[in-house]
Amino acid sequence: MTSNFPTLVVEDLRTYFYTKAGVVKAVDGISFTVDRGEILGLVGESGSGKTVTGFSIMGLVDPPGRVAGGRILFKGDDIAGLPDDAMRTLRGNRIAMIFQDPMMTLNPVLRIDTQMIEAIKAHNAVSNDEARRRARDILGRVGIPSPDERLKAYPHQFSGGMRQRVSIAIALLNDPDLIVADEPTTALDVTIQGQILYEVQKLCRESRTAMIWITHDLSVIAGLADRISVMYAGRIVESGQVDEVLDRPLHPYTRGLIGSVPSENRRGVPLAQIPGMTPSLLNLPPGCAFRARCPRADNACLTPPEMTLAAPGREVRCFHPHLA
Amino acid sequence: MTAPILELDGISKRFVKSLDLAEKLVALVNPKLREQVVRAVDGVSLHVREREVLGLVGESGCGKSTLGRIIAGILPKSAGTVRYRGNDVDHLDASQARDVALKVQMIFQDPYASLNPRMRVQDIVGEAPLYHGIVTTDGIDDYVAEMLLRVGLDPSYRRRYPHQFSGGQRQRLGIARALAVRPDFLVCDEAVAALDVSIQAQVLNLFMKLREELGLTYLFISHDLGVVQHLSDRVAIMYLGRIVETGPTSELFEKPNHPYTQALLAGVPRLDQRHRRFEPVKGEIPSPLDPPHGCHFHPRCPHAIARCRAEQPRLVDIAPGRLAACHLNDGS
Repeated sequence: MTSNFPTLVVEDLRTYFYTKAGVVKAVDGISFTVDRGEILGLVGESGSGKTVTGFSIMGLVDPPGRVAGGRILFKGDDIAGLPDDAMRTLRGNRIAMIFQDPMMTLNPVLRIDTQMIEAIKAHNAVSNDEARRRARDILGRVGIPSPDERLKAYPHQFSGGMRQRVSIAIALLNDPDLIVADEPTTALDVTIQGQILYEVQKLCRESRTAMIWITHDLSVIAGLADRISVMYAGRIVESGQVDEVLDRPLHPYTRGLIGSVPSENRRGVPLAQIPGMTPSLLNLPPGCAFRARCPRADNACLTPPEMTLAAPGREVRCFHPHLA
Repeated sequence: MTAPILELDGISKRFVKSLDLAEKLVALVNPKLREQVVRAVDGVSLHVREREVLGLVGESGCGKSTLGRIIAGILPKSAGTVRYRGNDVDHLDASQARDVALKVQMIFQDPYASLNPRMRVQDIVGEAPLYHGIVTTDGIDDYVAEMLLRVGLDPSYRRRYPHQFSGGQRQRLGIARALAVRPDFLVCDEAVAALDVSIQAQVLNLFMKLREELGLTYLFISHDLGVVQHLSDRVAIMYLGRIVETGPTSELFEKPNHPYTQALLAGVPRLDQRHRRFEPVKGEIPSPLDPPHGCHFHPRCPHAIARCRAEQPRLVDIAPGRLAACHLNDGS
């Protein structure tokens, strides 16, 4: 019966941090949907709120921050502000997260098998042997050679890429419906990143898991995701299908971001840089947050723009989008 | 063709982890226990021409930063010769050696760690030129202002401390500090890796502008092939301490010769490749403590033959201006 609902619907999510210096609106009214087997790329630079969005979905926002408004519908049920123990039955079970640093997931003083079996038994009534078999199978699935021996190793005995595989394996243990991946390949080398992307893509296709891939790297998203949402200063400024957004960006920020990426057909030519830098979230200028850096800004931009439908499945938050 | 400003000949760097007392005692009965030697850089020969940008690419642990530090004179080498404008830097008198040290400056990856947090901008940028007599105390204010303007910072920031700047601005400060001693050659070690995309573009544009204005030569060390392709005239690819391929950027990116270069280029995510199927290279990067025999890449190479396991391939000419170290180029 729950299959009629998309895996995750986020509606007008607001996550604020109540600091002594003032209220930091890290995430300020964002909405998106991810369905089974779909990979959504959440793109933004540091401070855009992309990681806090991931943490909000996982229920991992610590004080002074909290989800101040909006709904997070997981298969139709609102999980925003769910009590800790109810959230705990979901987290690591139906919803899992992969962090940039695999040591966020792994306990350095416990063997891999201890950690994996613990995660399985926390959510399932199975025997130790059964849990161990499952752990071994999943290690094999993420491409770790000789999983039987590797189960007995400690995290420090793995290389960075292997460690990230283990943390992906742990996320997959209970066959979750949704995975939130926060820059999982940023710290890895190119050839190792290729290996991880290959595994992730294969897993998503095979098990129809919904995935949110949080990153600052547009090039990774281009190859991996189905849809993109671009974040700037706590808001989504543009979203749509990957090809649409990257080939015909509507928002001046998206356009600037794409222009900033070195590419082979622009060799030696100065990059189309965005002037200035991301404003502090503590004192955002009124109106459009991108106004001060935007070549198209005028007086209309002094009032905050709303997210508007530019084409089917294509939204933009701008008064002067780059329409064809 | 302009003469090389910098020539490296057989540069090696070994890091030795010597045995402590207990290990020495154990070694008496167990001859297997020996000093551990990492050959971070293993017989590298390279040249950089005047006003050229040479990109040095490799993955973590390949020795690219070590090589950069040797060139900048920060780290002593274990073997080989470095020639700057034709002069062996080991056989210079003190004042010449100082001149070379000033002419080759380094820009570091982490703009947070490479600036003294307790010094003001004025001193960070002004200390070295004042000490080396490039400017006098009277002229220092104007000089610092000129340097800050050159890298796109407001000279009124000169009384500030590093923590009052953003990451991109700090990297500009690092560049201003390097430029203040009037260098000819900049070693940029992952100089844009820590920056956001939009800020990275600003700093890359600054590097290109400075090259035009000041006629600088760069060794641009990076793991980011997109950045290197954008900026470099020539590229050198490094794997486990050795150069495996060099060549002009466009030719090398169009037709990579060495299997490692091919794998590296195939693995780079690109903006114009959508919904791609990632085809991974097999295997891990081996530990530099115990590199494979013969060609270092053979355990991961799809084309490896028996010879690759036994014999180290030499870097040889494969086309004008292009070198590669691969046995597959022989014979066929």
